[in-house]
Amino acid sequence: MIVATSGLTKRFGRVTAVRDVTLEVPRGVRFGLLGPNGSGKTTLVRMLLGLVHATSGSIEVLGEPMPRRARVVLPRVGALVEGPAAWGHLSGRANLRLLDAAGPGRSRHRRKRVDAVLEQVGLGGIDRRPVRAYSLGMRQRLGIAAALLREPELLLLDEPTNGLDPRGIQEMRALLTSLNEAGTTVVLSSHLLTEVEALCTHVGVMDAGRLALDSELAALRTPTGRVLVRTPEPDAVVGLLDGQVVDRRGDTVTVRGVEPATLNARLVAGGVRVTGLSEERRTLEQVVLELTGSGTDRVDRSPHGRRPEGPR
Amino acid sequence: MIGVELRLMLRRRRVWLCWVLLCTLPTLVAILLATTRLAPPPGRGGAFLSAVTSNGQIFPAAALALVIPIFLPITVAIVAGDTVAGEASAGTLRYLLVRPVGRVRLLLAKLISVAAFVLLAVLFVTLVSYVVGVAAFGFGPDASLGGTGAIPSLSGVELTPVDVVARTATTVGYLALCMLALGAVGLFFSTLTDSPLAATLGVLAFVVASAALQPLDAASAIEPYLPTSHWLAWIDLFRDPILWTNVRGGALVQLGYVVVAFGAAWANFSTKDVTT
Repeated sequence: MIVATSGLTKRFGRVTAVRDVTLEVPRGVRFGLLGPNGSGKTTLVRMLLGLVHATSGSIEVLGEPMPRRARVVLPRVGALVEGPAAWGHLSGRANLRLLDAAGPGRSRHRRKRVDAVLEQVGLGGIDRRPVRAYSLGMRQRLGIAAALLREPELLLLDEPTNGLDPRGIQEMRALLTSLNEAGTTVVLSSHLLTEVEALCTHVGVMDAGRLALDSELAALRTPTGRVLVRTPEPDAVVGLLDGQVVDRRGDTVTVRGVEPATLNARLVAGGVRVTGLSEERRTLEQVVLELTGSGTDRVDRSPHGRRPEGPR
Repeated sequence: MIGVELRLMLRRRRVWLCWVLLCTLPTLVAILLATTRLAPPPGRGGAFLSAVTSNGQIFPAAALALVIPIFLPITVAIVAGDTVAGEASAGTLRYLLVRPVGRVRLLLAKLISVAAFVLLAVLFVTLVSYVVGVAAFGFGPDASLGGTGAIPSLSGVELTPVDVVARTATTVGYLALCMLALGAVGLFFSTLTDSPLAATLGVLAFVVASAALQPLDAASAIEPYLPTSHWLAWIDLFRDPILWTNVRGGALVQLGYVVVAFGAAWANFSTKDVTT
């Protein structure tokens, strides 16, 4: 396990941000941490990095206890926490050089190292403009470049595609996948389901400070027992299978209670032309919505007229 | 980390602006004095100002006496208040800490950069005012008669230029220590908040409170421990023989402030949750 927590709890005053989280991330995976806003994702990531101290519970990163062994662990971890940050009066390159020089490790090849990570995130041709003049997407790329300095074994990225345009998101996904294939474990948190679905092999879902789910993505996407039929003659399908059709949208008809093979035979026997037939699988969105309540950015009036409680 | 911190400080426009403004005030005073020849009578106006028109070499001491009560503390408050809170509000604090930079190391590097700032500030004021003073007022009547440019001390005995340089250098060190004490307090305040402005105002409130208590008879018991009580003790360095008691006592109190404030900063910051 590259990250292992047990009974991890963090209270800020009366608010419990993270509650009894036991999480295990195997080495070499792409792990996506999902959850609504305010569900405790960022606090969890901050605790893994030793920025926030746990109220109770234990953390191991790269097999070493955190934050006690931070000095040994953190040089092998690259992180992007709650958005990128840089010294606005310096250029991106100067920022990375200073950050590289601030930590432990040798200064040899610093120039080359900085140029290499800038190249990786698509900022290779960057000029001497100060970071304060950068666009949101450029800052995001710079933040990822900073995380990649010193070739980390573990990447902890909080909302890595924030502020990037669709092409940028695609590039970042390709970059993270290739790094992962080269052996880097990637842990990213996001509230974008599609992002996690497209990139990750494992998912964890946080809800109100609890870890509601920790599983392989493939295992989550179980068949729902319904079959999707694509056909140019939807009316004929509805006529043939009346009572079993649960939904009809354009040329796609959703049918329940039949095996795909049996259904296919019946349709063929009925003379209906079929262009596609597939099992319906649960989407990650359905799984997550089943598991989680609304985020803390939504504040409803409680039924008794009292003020609602904050994040539990 | 110390090198990184110094480079970061030297590349901030704000820092250079502080230095320039600090040197501007004495220059302005020198120009006014030189054009009007209206030096304040002895015992009135800033320390040494009555003597400068006759010998420009004493002007650095007069310049330091001009900037020490308000101007210099303001710049120290700005720079020291920004140390940790500035990084926190910019978000760079978390990236430094996960780089990783140890928390104690970070504080130490910050304190050293504040020390460098105050030392350079005092040094720049001294050097600029020496040049300005000599240019405006010359080396004094003694030099024009073929002498070595001797300077009257506050006790009336003449001091040689070498002696004055040595005494001025001691003054620079002493004042830098006084300002470092203030800077250490600023560093502590800076760990308490994520707003650099709040930390800066806190330091200024601290200075004002100390200056307000200082003349109060009721506060005479704590008066020797107020930071501002010692800010003018260096004037004794320009007496002959030098009165070391106040300077020595002042240096000890200021050193105490550095140690206590840095300790408090460390105690607060080493276990703090960094949530910015």
